[in-house]
Amino acid sequence: MIELQGLTKSYGDTAAAAVRDLSLTFPAGRVTALLGPSGCGKTTTLRMINRLIQPTSGTVRLAGRDTRELSPEALRRGMGYVIQRVGLFPHLTVGRNVAAVPELLGWPAARVRARVDELLGLVGLEPGVYRGKRPAELSGGQAQRVGVARALAADPPVLLMDEPFGALDPLAREALQGKVLEIQRRLAKTVVLVTHDIPEALRMADQIALMQSGELAQFGSPDDLVRRPASAFVAQFMGQDAALEQLGGVRVGALARPGDAHGLPRLPAEADARTALALMLRQGTDAVAVVGEGGAVVGVARFRDLGHDPRSGDA
Amino acid sequence: MRRRSWAALLWGLLLGLCLWPGVLPPLLAPLAGGEAPTLDVPLWRLTAGHLGLVLLAGALVLLLAVPLVLYATRPGRAAVLGLVGALAGLGQTVPTLAILALAVPLLGFGPAPTLLGLVLYGLVPVVSNGVAGLRGVSPDVLDAARGMGMTARQRLWRVEVPLALPVWWAGVRTSLVFGVATATVGAALGAGGLGRPIIDGLSQQNTALVLLGALPTALLALTLDALLGLAAPEEG
Ligand SMILES: Nc1ncnc2c1ncn2[C@@H]1O[C@H](COP(=O)(O)OP(=O)(O)OP(=O)(O)O)[C@@H](O)[C@H]1O
Ligand SMILES: [Mg+2]
Repeated sequence: MIELQGLTKSYGDTAAAAVRDLSLTFPAGRVTALLGPSGCGKTTTLRMINRLIQPTSGTVRLAGRDTRELSPEALRRGMGYVIQRVGLFPHLTVGRNVAAVPELLGWPAARVRARVDELLGLVGLEPGVYRGKRPAELSGGQAQRVGVARALAADPPVLLMDEPFGALDPLAREALQGKVLEIQRRLAKTVVLVTHDIPEALRMADQIALMQSGELAQFGSPDDLVRRPASAFVAQFMGQDAALEQLGGVRVGALARPGDAHGLPRLPAEADARTALALMLRQGTDAVAVVGEGGAVVGVARFRDLGHDPRSGDA
Repeated sequence: MRRRSWAALLWGLLLGLCLWPGVLPPLLAPLAGGEAPTLDVPLWRLTAGHLGLVLLAGALVLLLAVPLVLYATRPGRAAVLGLVGALAGLGQTVPTLAILALAVPLLGFGPAPTLLGLVLYGLVPVVSNGVAGLRGVSPDVLDAARGMGMTARQRLWRVEVPLALPVWWAGVRTSLVFGVATATVGAALGAGGLGRPIIDGLSQQNTALVLLGALPTALLALTLDALLGLAAPEEG
């Protein structure tokens, strides 16, 4: 759990603070998106969490402890950080880039090597091909994937990500978002995801903190922001399509109920509700059959249930 | 950068040939009316002394420049950095001979004034390239290093210095190669080396004698340059 209390950052003596009196709790083991228009203070907030930026006032607590009690280095080594502009080490190979934090932590070489290959595979870069390449030989999207792998390398309990998927094409972006979510769910990491991409926030986040010029506009589940906007700004920022985008963050497995699956198009349980809707529209049905691991039908997801976001109840 | 090992080999071989006793003087004889120029010290001894002085100066330059550059480029030392830049600029504009001439009254004749001149001149490219190399490291890369929990020292040795090294090394190379040429001037102040036949040749209007010093000097500079090029760290 990361708690921000009255966090303020003013750069120099400019009139408006970049972040103003922000109080916010990022729940442990969950994904929280910091969402908002450009310049609203997302990066500044994120960088106050790992103390790359010293707050002008206010406190940051990690698991109840004021982060000022820790050395900045110790704090940061426990937090994977994906910076907005990637920042790979140009003089090191892709493999050594990913190995950076494990090496700082003094892992044995064999373990580091295995971990590097595991992570490169995870972010969709064939280890045999990419391990020995230099960052200069990568495309923007490939570099970004290496940046994500590097942040995950030492398996930190907290992950701070600043627009980590911005340079990826839609397909690769969705694939990597899925991978990160999978890791997060499996290992219950506390993730803070900075983004200005509404579909990304709605897809990935359990909680969304929407910021507006340095202040919190609304904090809640995706369902809250889409259906119960706290202000005209929130409603306008989320836009008309938000209800549609929200489906991207719901797995059909969570919507499956007992029912007659005969003749219905089939979808794996991990697919999202957006895909289910698209399938219904294409096939002219009002339900899809949800298929489990072994290929057996586990239930039916109906059109009228699509609006139920399971993240709103138990989050 | 392609490694040009053939250059080191070629210049090195030519230098070796020139220094072989009895090879160069007869070749230069036609320039002196058929009379081979003579020296009281073997040419290889002059070359060794010359190189020794240059390398000693190079070692002193590194000893001074590395801490100075690292100190001046740490955050929050803009004033020191400005001063260092100004001094390096000044060093570039003062003529070599002026420094050497000023040093003699202080240090007397012999190798000392030349060594001082070599060190002062040698510092300029090493310091300015070091500063340029370190300041050229991308802020995003430094940010990532800080964000993953590297200490200031780890950032310096694992990120900044390796990234600055190609540019920095180029400065070391320039410094040493220029040193080979500058050191010839020192012969006028009693520093010995390959400048001696050059200066003697100039005063006796003996072109062959001048070339006897100048040819090995040029080949020594080329060999050194090629060798330092071979040892250059890879571009990041
Ligand atoms: N080092 C700095 N000095 C002065 N002002 C700054 C500095 N860094 C950020 N700011 C200002 O603070 C505000 C918030 O910046 P921040 O980088 O946190 O925005 P952001 O929400 O991450 O935007 P984006 O989506 O474009 O990355 C902006 O108005 C910016 O101009
Ligand atoms: Mg930002």
